[in-house]
Amino acid sequence: MLDLRHIHKTFFPGTPNEVQALCGIDLLIPEGTFAAIIGTNGSGKSTLLNAVAGAFDLDQGAIHIDGKNISAWPEYRRASLIGRVFQNPFAGTAAEMTLAENLALSMRRGCRRGLGLALHRSARTEIADRVRSLNLGLENRLDNPIGTLSGGQRQALTLLMATWLRPRLLLLDEHTAALDPKSAAQVAELTLTIIRREKLTALMVTHSMPQAVQLPDRIIMMHKGRVVRQYEGQEKSRVRVPDLLAAFDQVRRREQLDPAVAHLLHNQYA
Amino acid sequence: MTLVIGALTIGLILSLLSMGVWISFRVLRYCDITVDGSITLGASVAAILLVKGWSPWTATLAATFAGTAAGWVTGILHTRFKIQELLAGILVMTALYSVNLRVMGRSNVPLLDVETLASPMARFMTRYASHGDNLSIFGWWVPVQDAAMLVTVLGVTIAVALLIRWFLLTHLGTALRATGDNPQMVRAQGVNHKTLVVFGLASANGLVGLSGALLAQYQGFADVQMGIGMMVWGLASIIIGEALAGRTTPGLALCGAIMGTILFRLLVAIALRWGLNPNDLKLVTALFVFAALVLPSVVKSARNSFSNRQRHA
Repeated sequence: MLDLRHIHKTFFPGTPNEVQALCGIDLLIPEGTFAAIIGTNGSGKSTLLNAVAGAFDLDQGAIHIDGKNISAWPEYRRASLIGRVFQNPFAGTAAEMTLAENLALSMRRGCRRGLGLALHRSARTEIADRVRSLNLGLENRLDNPIGTLSGGQRQALTLLMATWLRPRLLLLDEHTAALDPKSAAQVAELTLTIIRREKLTALMVTHSMPQAVQLPDRIIMMHKGRVVRQYEGQEKSRVRVPDLLAAFDQVRRREQLDPAVAHLLHNQYA
Repeated sequence: MTLVIGALTIGLILSLLSMGVWISFRVLRYCDITVDGSITLGASVAAILLVKGWSPWTATLAATFAGTAAGWVTGILHTRFKIQELLAGILVMTALYSVNLRVMGRSNVPLLDVETLASPMARFMTRYASHGDNLSIFGWWVPVQDAAMLVTVLGVTIAVALLIRWFLLTHLGTALRATGDNPQMVRAQGVNHKTLVVFGLASANGLVGLSGALLAQYQGFADVQMGIGMMVWGLASIIIGEALAGRTTPGLALCGAIMGTILFRLLVAIALRWGLNPNDLKLVTALFVFAALVLPSVVKSARNSFSNRQRHA
C-alpha cells in the first residue's frame, strides 16, 4: 500500500525559474491496486513518481509504503521495496553487460551483495526460464550485450528485472512512450500480465488515454502539481477516452476563468 | 635478450597500473588522475620501508594500502563533497607530491643492497639454475637478478589479474561494473553507487600503488617525479590492449591490458634503442593516446561522408 501525505516540492525556490511541481498531494493506493496517473506536460506526474522513488528530497510531506515511512530513505534503499521501469528503454539496463549479468543484478535487488559468483549454474537456469516465459526468443542470447537488443526487448527485460523479486510497489514512468506501436502494445500487455499475476501495487504514468482507460483499476488526473480528479470502481469501468479528454478541457477552462467569475457562472447556470 | 627481459619486466609491472587505470577509466568511466601521484606514493612507501629493513612483502602490501587510501580520498572528495572527478584527482595528486616528499624525506631514495620481492627467487635460481650471476635462457645469458624479477612480477601480475577477474564476476563485482555503465539503473537495483565508486577508485589506486612498489624494487630507487604521465601511459596500454583482445568480458579486457602494456613497453624500448630522445617520450605517448581516441571517430565520419557521396553520385 502506498500512502502519500501532503507532498510538496518546489524546484529552484526563490529564483525566477521557481516551479511548484507538487502542491500538497494526498493519495492512498491500496494493496494490489494498479493506478495510472494522467495529466498534461508539467502537471507533475513524473515528478510524483520520482518523489516516491527517492530521486530528490521532499520540501514537505511523507511517503509511506506498507506503513513504513520511507521519506528519508535514499533512492538505493527504497529499491528494496520499489521496482522501477523508466521512460527511456536504455535507462533500465547496463548496455555493455550481458542479458544474464543484467538479470543477475536484479536477482539481489535491495539485498546485500557478497562475493558469491553472480552467474552460478542455478542462477543461469532460473534466468533462462524466466526469459523464456517472456516469449521473445531471448533465452538463446543470454550472453549477448544487452545493448544489442531493441528498445522493446530491453524494456520487457527491464520490467522483468523490476519484478524479479516481488516489489511492494511497481513504478512505471511512461514505459511504453518511447517504443514503436507494436512493441508498446507487447510491453503494455506484458505489464498487465505480470501485475495481475503477482497482484502488484503499481503506479503508472502515461500520456496514452486508451492505455489509461484499458490497463489500470484506477485513474488519477493531475494538473499543475495537484490531483484534480480520480476515477475508480464503477466510474472507472464506465469511463472512456472522450470522457477523459472532456475532463481535461473542463480543468483547463476552469483555470482560464477568474475564480470569482467562475463561482458566479456556477451559481447562475449549475 | 636483455631488452626483451627488461621490457617484459617493466611491462608486467606497469600492467598492474594499467589494470588500475582500466578499473577507473573503463569500468567506472571515471577519469582518475590520482594515478600520477599514487604510483609515486606506492614507490616511496615501499622504498622507505625497505630501507628501514621491513620485509619486502610487508613493504609492498603497505604501498598497496597507501595507494588504496589515496584512491579512497579521491572517491570521497567526488562523491561526498561533490567535487568534479578531474578536479578531485588533481587535488589528491597535487597533495600527494608533498606527501611523497614527506614519506621519503628527500626527492630520491636509492635501494642499494636491500632485500626485494625478487630476492628469494634470485637465491633459488643462483642455487639451482645458473652459472655464477648469469642464467641461460634459450642460449642467451641473462643476469639472475633480472630473471628472478621477471618471474616474480609474472607471478604477482597473473595472481592479481585472476583475483580481479574473479571479483568482477561476483555479485559485488557485477554491481561495480554496472555502476560505471548505468548509475541510475544501479540505484534502482538497490546499490549505493557512490560507495561503489569510492571502493572502485580505492582498488584501482591500490593496484597502482602495488605497481609503484614493484617498479621501485626493479629500478632500485623511488623518485618523486616518477609518476608524471603514468595515467596517460596506462591509457595508451589499455587502448592497445583493446585493439588486441577486445573488451567484451572482464577476462579479455584484463588480458588486453597486460598484453597492451607489454607491447607498448616493447615499442618504447625499441624506439629508444633506435634513437628516440627520452625527453620526447611523454609527448609521443600523449600524441599516441590522442590519435587512438580521435582516429576512430575521424575514420567513421570519413567513411560515412564517402558512402554518402557515393550514394548521391
